[in-house]
Amino acid sequence: MKIITAKTDCACEKRIALDDMILTSDMPTAAGSRMLDGYMSLFDAEVVTRLKEAGHCVSMKADVGEFAVDLMGETSYNGAPVASGVLVNAACETVKNGDAVAAISLDVNGAIRRGAAQSGLVCIKPTYGTVSRYGTIPAACSGECVSVTAGDVKTVADILSVIAGHDDKDGTSLPAEKCEAAGKVTAPVKRIGVIRALCEGVDADVQAKLDEFCAKAQAAGIEIVTFDGAALTAARAAWNVLMSAEVCNNVSRYDGVKYGYRAERFTNIDELYTNSRTEAFGDVLKSVILYGSETLSTENYMKVYDKSLRVRRIICEIFADLFEDADAVLMPAVGKMAYTEEDVKADKYMAFSENVYTAPASITGLPAVVAGGVQLVGPALSDAALLDAVARIG
Amino acid sequence: MRYETVIGLEVHVELATDSKIFCSCSAHSYGAEPNDHVCPACCGMPGMLPVVNRRVVDFGMKAGMMLNCHINRVTTFDKKSYYYPDLPAAYQTTQWFAPVAVNGTVEIDTPAGKKAIRIKQIHMEEDAGKLVHDLREDTTHVDFNRTSVPLIEIVSQPDLSSAAEVEAYLERLKTLLRYARVAECEMAHGTMRCDVNLSIRPEGSTEYGVRTEMKNMNSIEAIKRAIEYETARHIDAVENGTEVLVQETRRWDDVKGKSYAMRTKETAGDYRYFPDPNVMPVVIDDEWYDSIADSLPELPEVKFERYTSEMGLGEYDAEQLTRSIALCECFESAVEVCGSAKDAANWVISEIMSILNTKGMTYDMLTVNGETLGRLIVLVRDGKVGRANARRILADMFDDATIDPEAYAEKMGFIVSNDTGLIESVVKAVVAADPASVAAYKGGREKALMALFGKCMKELRGNCDPQVLRVVLLAEIEKA
Repeated sequence: MKIITAKTDCACEKRIALDDMILTSDMPTAAGSRMLDGYMSLFDAEVVTRLKEAGHCVSMKADVGEFAVDLMGETSYNGAPVASGVLVNAACETVKNGDAVAAISLDVNGAIRRGAAQSGLVCIKPTYGTVSRYGTIPAACSGECVSVTAGDVKTVADILSVIAGHDDKDGTSLPAEKCEAAGKVTAPVKRIGVIRALCEGVDADVQAKLDEFCAKAQAAGIEIVTFDGAALTAARAAWNVLMSAEVCNNVSRYDGVKYGYRAERFTNIDELYTNSRTEAFGDVLKSVILYGSETLSTENYMKVYDKSLRVRRIICEIFADLFEDADAVLMPAVGKMAYTEEDVKADKYMAFSENVYTAPASITGLPAVVAGGVQLVGPALSDAALLDAVARIG
Repeated sequence: MRYETVIGLEVHVELATDSKIFCSCSAHSYGAEPNDHVCPACCGMPGMLPVVNRRVVDFGMKAGMMLNCHINRVTTFDKKSYYYPDLPAAYQTTQWFAPVAVNGTVEIDTPAGKKAIRIKQIHMEEDAGKLVHDLREDTTHVDFNRTSVPLIEIVSQPDLSSAAEVEAYLERLKTLLRYARVAECEMAHGTMRCDVNLSIRPEGSTEYGVRTEMKNMNSIEAIKRAIEYETARHIDAVENGTEVLVQETRRWDDVKGKSYAMRTKETAGDYRYFPDPNVMPVVIDDEWYDSIADSLPELPEVKFERYTSEMGLGEYDAEQLTRSIALCECFESAVEVCGSAKDAANWVISEIMSILNTKGMTYDMLTVNGETLGRLIVLVRDGKVGRANARRILADMFDDATIDPEAYAEKMGFIVSNDTGLIESVVKAVVAADPASVAAYKGGREKALMALFGKCMKELRGNCDPQVLRVVLLAEIEKA
């Protein structure tokens, strides 16, 4: 387990850990990649500025998988974060171990939600556009969100209220009134729909978490209904296409010319590019780059990329329909409560199948709250209502 | 067999906005040190997000309207990926799926009459940086001052059929875009660049031949030479089988007067366009659209017509003035103040244009305010300031646009004296001191009078009504 940088050994009440996708001008930010080893940003991310202004102590960086596209962080150039033979998420560990009261992560492909579900923490991936992405290392910009993870709902809500809000520096930032609306409970969650298609085939201990959550919800006076939701499983394939294409495009700037890793041996500019990228990027990221590049080719664009954009719209419509009949939907965040090192050795692309649970919220930009080992997804701007629901459920 | 040349142009024009397209860096780096006008956004560092400069969209729409295009009310930005060291993020943000303007026309004059050149589209995009090769050190440096400077690319249909038509088309584009004040369009400064797509076909045929593209042409003369050369090369290939034409990008070497095929590596490639998720679609509502439509200038030919028929100017004067929107605006507001189109035209054409020429400035760079010029003209007409002194005031107005003509004339001692006693005493002294000129004039040499007149004027520092001076001087000569 690695905390990459601990600037101070501060033990104040307000210390916050950032995952290594969030740029800081006083600590290096490497995005889990040899390519950006030691990279010092010229500026702080907007969320960092807001936290500092609110008196928080931003003093710690937690490792991520290369550009945060993997399962838990296992593709980091620092090696997989493992505790007792089980993969852990570094940002979650900082909270679990009490090194930080909360962790701020860039949720690109759900790693932080998986980590929070497996470590019993509370995590929110807020509505897309309510938290500025200015100063986050870009990976899959159309869906990635800055998320907050902590040990309890109140801390998550408090930290979220500090970092959320309109930012002129982010063209996708929602208007101030919408950001404010996301912070208020206007319609408390009274009915939750369980997405049956996503609950099928999960491990027994995950099923137990789902059952426990439903029982507690009912005890708290929330009605539980069941939806089929089979079409939501298509979010995974579409998200893998969109994410890979965007990651491919976003990491093309790392070419060894301006900053970052540069190969020692090259005789011309093409070799400089090729050798630098070949030496600095890991295998999983390379696969993502190849896949993304292929989906954007003239030959495949309409067949694959454009179709994925259409799937995104359909998934949004399906959610809208579901929210006619329920205030939020329940789904797992993970298929099993622990991933072993052997799991990812046997299938290094596990992130791209296991993200069947996280992709629906990623591809739509809907808010998702992980608590009690399960995931609650609500309509756009229902962030506060979701946190309120999990607080009531306890 | 007779052949016809089929030409389509892609013209890149740098928009004259103050700042770059997605960040607030200055878009004008002429004379700046390399990498002076850069920030983490335009040099491609991670974490910066593009925020669209609204002025760029204003200018893109304006250009579209000037070229009679349909404006897409929802216009989007897309990413175009390719590797080159002058492109810091390895992608260019451009418009691929929904460009700002489509389906326009530009009318040009040809020997056979007016011809409409169809415009396929106009899209907005960011420029790339520059590579500076240092041959002594055998290294290459990158200068990102130009990255993210806003451009529009104007894509024509293949409606042009000769070098002369291409020239007329480019000149017309320049005029329209300069009139709308959206661009400088100076090929020598690189603010207008041109890709030429060319093929040939038998006259009367409707099929297209094999097309070649010459990129980054930056002078009209070079374009004309390249078109002549390529046309001849294509005809030679088709007629005589000298070579097999292939669709390719070629480089024009203007010194050698030849085009060369570029390495396939430089031309091959799939740009993998996709919508930029960080730039929200730009929605142009009626209010925005109308504000741009209302700001469009009167076209030069309309002004010409108005100047000659309504304002009574000669064709030469009208032609001179309509060479630049800045001259027109200066002229028109001067007329409003002084009430005389003839006087205002004279001042703009004979004084202002020559000062601009002397200073090596383009007409569009004129900063002299027409209203101020009008007041200066009134001062001269009322005999309050001599013409020569008025010229000096005008010259100073080029350096200081805030000059108030009345106050400045006062300050400089340029107000014409009405003191006839002073004039008479000066004239007396001059005549007395130069009996030779007096005698010469009396002997029939008209020029001698001018010499005496000039001396008097100089003594009076120009502050004298020339008519009064002339009368007094002639009277004094009579007496002498």
